[in-house]
Amino acid sequence: MSKRIELKSLDVYYKAFLAVEDVSMVIEPKAITAFIGPSGCGKSTLIRTLNRMHEVIPGARVEGQLLMDGEDVYGPDVDPVRVRRQVGMVFQRPNPFPTMSIKDNVLSGYKLNNSRMSKAEAEEITEKALVGANLWNEVKDRLEKPGSGLSGGQQQRLCIARAIAVEPDVILMDEPTSALDPISTAAIEDLAVELKEHFTVVIVTHNMQQASRISDMTAFFNIAGSGLPGKLIEYDKTEKVFSNPTEQQTEDYVSGRFG
Amino acid sequence: MTTQLNSSFRGTQDLPKWLSPSLLVGFFLASFGLQVLLASNSDSADINFIPVAIFGLLSFTLALYVISRVIEGVRKAKDRLVTIMVSTAFSLALIPLLSLAYTVVTKGVARFDAEFFTFSMRNVVGEGGGALHAIIGTIEITGIATLISVPIGIMAAIYLVEYGRGTVARLVTFFVDVMTGVPSIVAGLFAYALFVIFFGPGVRMGLGGAIALSLLMIPVVIRATEEMLKIVPNELREAAYALGVPKWLTVLKVVLPTSLAGIATGIMIAIARVIGETAPLLLIAGFTASMNYNPLNERMMTLPVFVYTSYANQGVDMQAYVDRAWAGALTLMLIVMVLNLVARLISKYFSPKG
Repeated sequence: MSKRIELKSLDVYYKAFLAVEDVSMVIEPKAITAFIGPSGCGKSTLIRTLNRMHEVIPGARVEGQLLMDGEDVYGPDVDPVRVRRQVGMVFQRPNPFPTMSIKDNVLSGYKLNNSRMSKAEAEEITEKALVGANLWNEVKDRLEKPGSGLSGGQQQRLCIARAIAVEPDVILMDEPTSALDPISTAAIEDLAVELKEHFTVVIVTHNMQQASRISDMTAFFNIAGSGLPGKLIEYDKTEKVFSNPTEQQTEDYVSGRFG
Repeated sequence: MTTQLNSSFRGTQDLPKWLSPSLLVGFFLASFGLQVLLASNSDSADINFIPVAIFGLLSFTLALYVISRVIEGVRKAKDRLVTIMVSTAFSLALIPLLSLAYTVVTKGVARFDAEFFTFSMRNVVGEGGGALHAIIGTIEITGIATLISVPIGIMAAIYLVEYGRGTVARLVTFFVDVMTGVPSIVAGLFAYALFVIFFGPGVRMGLGGAIALSLLMIPVVIRATEEMLKIVPNELREAAYALGVPKWLTVLKVVLPTSLAGIATGIMIAIARVIGETAPLLLIAGFTASMNYNPLNERMMTLPVFVYTSYANQGVDMQAYVDRAWAGALTLMLIVMVLNLVARLISKYFSPKG
């Protein structure tokens, strides 16, 4: 399953502070959409609104509409916990649960929610998710070992396995490779390309080569100055954004003239 | 040779490794010899070890500093001086501890026998008797206090770290700080006053002692748990939230297991802290020579109170009472040691591996 995400003049606030202003865009299913832009422009804030994770910070709120296959994510009777079960997330720093084995980490989406499953079912889900995250061959002999014993790149793929194990519709990745070496980064990038076969993938990145390598659509965000809200400057097909952008700001940023 | 000396990283020569310890031994022996000499001249056979230590240490420090300054230079001489000062401070801090352990063990072994652990003091005058009633009382009262304090303490800490915001949380934190400083006798008086309301004046009850101890324990448990919950990385909570795990399950299944080892250690330390309390138990649990297994009825002996009463109300065979007091003190110390050991084992086996 993968879903189309539609943002309609979305504003994100932290208390009274407007962090991201008036974003309207459509994120296509079965594609990779990259968010690029300088630090502080609100890319991470915006990606966190897609699964209502920004609400974890007290005082954070959203105005406007966010539709997932036409369903309002911020509707009055929507439970944020149920949204997050359908929209998985991978963070900047790998964060496997230190008290759990590799297998339990993969199954944590089920186990932490007290869902019961048979042993065979658990093994099937574990293998499928680890294969999907290109980690199965490296860890199949040590599934009962703690996840924190893996290398940084392996830990990040474990976190991706954990996210896809619950079979979400959308996968959000917030700078998933910024803490990793180039080889692990390449592994994660290959994985992202495979994931778009089944999921809607949104990735925040500071690495413009990465955005141009793997994404189908690219959204460029910018900020006019500190204290001012971040804005969506340009959103188009990746080739267009990187080779022939409409806006001068985008051109400056992707050609490395600022930011 | 000259090329080596020209290298800018090469400093002056180092003192040989054996010099400093042999100087130390030498100066202490010299200082001791001087004292023996002085003592033989002044007809007093006693040798006082305190001036020996002071004189030996001062002369050793001075000698090493001067030698080091001449051979090694100013910076290393300073380093040696400070090393001596820090080591001396450490030794000074250790002396009372070792002396205490030594005294309690040597005086406690006299009555550290089977009878001590199998008999109460009922109908015992003079020799014999034991502290079984006090050991049982201590275990029951401290156990009940732990049962009361641990759930309250852990849940209060969870509230403070995971849920509490604004004025209420600040107030709770403030009162926890105040409670940490409540004198134990006040806790005893409070428990007594509380039980007088229900059972009338002159009430004595083991449960009252447990209440008084839990008043002292709760703030310690809250503080320890709070610190442990705070060091659980926020990324783990976010990881759980992002998987669609509700907050209460995140706390229960991610935050608590991650900090379990630290919390268990904190609880053990809190128990060790209150198990030796005397004053509140004297007030509300009272003292008795008889066995009492029922914390809801009548007086109950505890080890610290046993030590106190054995020493304070000595009978005809004075030495028997004093010996029992020391044996009680030794038992209490061993219990605290075992608790600390258990805490270390828990933190070793439960802490996240990786």
